[in-house]
Amino acid sequence: MTIEALNPPHASAPGLLSRVFAGRTGPLTVVCLALLVVWYLGAVWLNAPILIDGYERRDVDWTFSQLAEDAMAMERPILPAPHQVVVELDKSILGYKITSKRSLIYHAWVTLSSTLLGFAMGVVLGILLAVGIVHVNTLDRSLLPWVIASQTIPILAIAPMIIVVLGNIGFTGLVPKALISMYLCFFPVTIGMVKGLRSPDPLQMDLMRTYSANTAQMFWKLRWPSSVPFLFASLKVAIAISLVGAIVGELPTGAQAGIGARLLVGSYYGQTVQIWAALLTAAAMAGLLVAAAGGVEKLALRRMGARP
Amino acid sequence: MAIEAVMQQQEAASGAAEQAAEAVIEVEELSLTFETADGPVFALSEVNLTVNPGEFVSFIGPSGCGKTTLLRVIADLERQTAGRIAVNGVSPEAARLDRAYGYVFQAPALYPWRTVERNVMLPLEIMGLNAAERRDRAARYLDLVNLKGFEKKFPWQLSGGMQQRVSIARALSFEPDLLLMDEPFGALDEITRDHLNEQLLRLWERTGKTVIFVTHSIPEAVFLSSKIVVMSPRPGRIIDVIDCNLPPDRTLDVRESKDFAEIAHRVREGLRAGHSYDD
Repeated sequence: MTIEALNPPHASAPGLLSRVFAGRTGPLTVVCLALLVVWYLGAVWLNAPILIDGYERRDVDWTFSQLAEDAMAMERPILPAPHQVVVELDKSILGYKITSKRSLIYHAWVTLSSTLLGFAMGVVLGILLAVGIVHVNTLDRSLLPWVIASQTIPILAIAPMIIVVLGNIGFTGLVPKALISMYLCFFPVTIGMVKGLRSPDPLQMDLMRTYSANTAQMFWKLRWPSSVPFLFASLKVAIAISLVGAIVGELPTGAQAGIGARLLVGSYYGQTVQIWAALLTAAAMAGLLVAAAGGVEKLALRRMGARP
Repeated sequence: MAIEAVMQQQEAASGAAEQAAEAVIEVEELSLTFETADGPVFALSEVNLTVNPGEFVSFIGPSGCGKTTLLRVIADLERQTAGRIAVNGVSPEAARLDRAYGYVFQAPALYPWRTVERNVMLPLEIMGLNAAERRDRAARYLDLVNLKGFEKKFPWQLSGGMQQRVSIARALSFEPDLLLMDEPFGALDEITRDHLNEQLLRLWERTGKTVIFVTHSIPEAVFLSSKIVVMSPRPGRIIDVIDCNLPPDRTLDVRESKDFAEIAHRVREGLRAGHSYDD
């Protein structure tokens, strides 16, 4: 037996299919298609009882294909079919001017602006709390339990209170919503940064001590750079829940604009298609925001010499 | 040329130190006990030692004999529980605040987010040197440890031996007269270690610094040192101090000489006397 026979050369050029499935594209497509199929089946199944009820009352004969067709064309379905949502998305994103109150882009922007403001405030607050907790022993013991307790309060219960109280002292619109975002998103930042700022190993700390570095130098030259990977992990969580906070903040106010307002109006009038369109927009926004945070992370870590 | 410039500067500095002619380190009846959950651990017990300017002193002994602890007390990274110690005639804390020594740890302890050059510049930034001076010194000392051309690399792109050389350049960069080295080559393979030993010896000869060097390798201690301090564990104490005056221009070949074998033998005898390997 020759060596070649024992070690056959690798198949020269892998086929298109195997290349697609080697990456993430293939598996992702399969999952998306499966979800679509489940969604369509669910739409027919959930909407069928109402339709059948209607057929029987009007005393008309119906076939299954008739039922399926009707189930995907209802004005107020229990579960709209995906293509209905796509049509609604197309209409409300491309059909109106961006400044129009009917444009989803307009509403998305309203929510996005309070999301970003709340995120910025939450990150600053989260980092400041973590710096305090790491450097001051008293804060470590007194503050951390409160930080954790703050997250056990259901946000849906406290959000209307915040909005009402702030509305009474003259804060309406963007700021109260941003505050709710901040309330939610400072938490992962604090927890991540406490861990990150404490992550330098004893050797790295001893080194600073041999240079008799002061606390500020220790922070900027050692603690802060060590915490950057932890910071970005927290930011990716924080930006997603900041969006949730902004939407929740729009619900109790009967807000005029924003994704939350769209959801609320949709549910008043049973406009399920509109609700689903708003939901998908929110999901897409969350995806984009997390991806953006991930992009910044990659750039930052590459500049800090992370292995490619 | 860069090396010559360094030499001249160092000669000037060591010349000043010799005029003072005062012991760099004086240790009297020093003890250190760690209180642990399992009872006290006697890391150091009644240690006496004097280190003079320009000496190359090795602490040798089995693990647990307190050699690293003694180095850490000198560096003010630990405090003694009894006895007296002076570094440059003042307390270790005052010496540390005065940035009297450069410390080389067992691991390179490079900051992974800094390039090689910026790692060497770290102490210089902390000491507030200006950017031009920092860059100048980093270049000079990286050249000294033969790492010219690696300035912009990150630590993970270097081998273990190169990383340890960076950490030596970093300890030298702020030009301390005293160099404390804690098993700096312990994690390296023997070939790299031999090479770095020779480089370190040349460096010491050129600069006239006082070096305190912790090791558990007998050949390394004999080859490098002008004085060998043999230590033994439980409790950590000094059992022998051996003067070791091999020719100054020695190379690794000296390890085959009769003098070398005699000193190594005495070190081994000391280690054997101080430590029963049966327990």
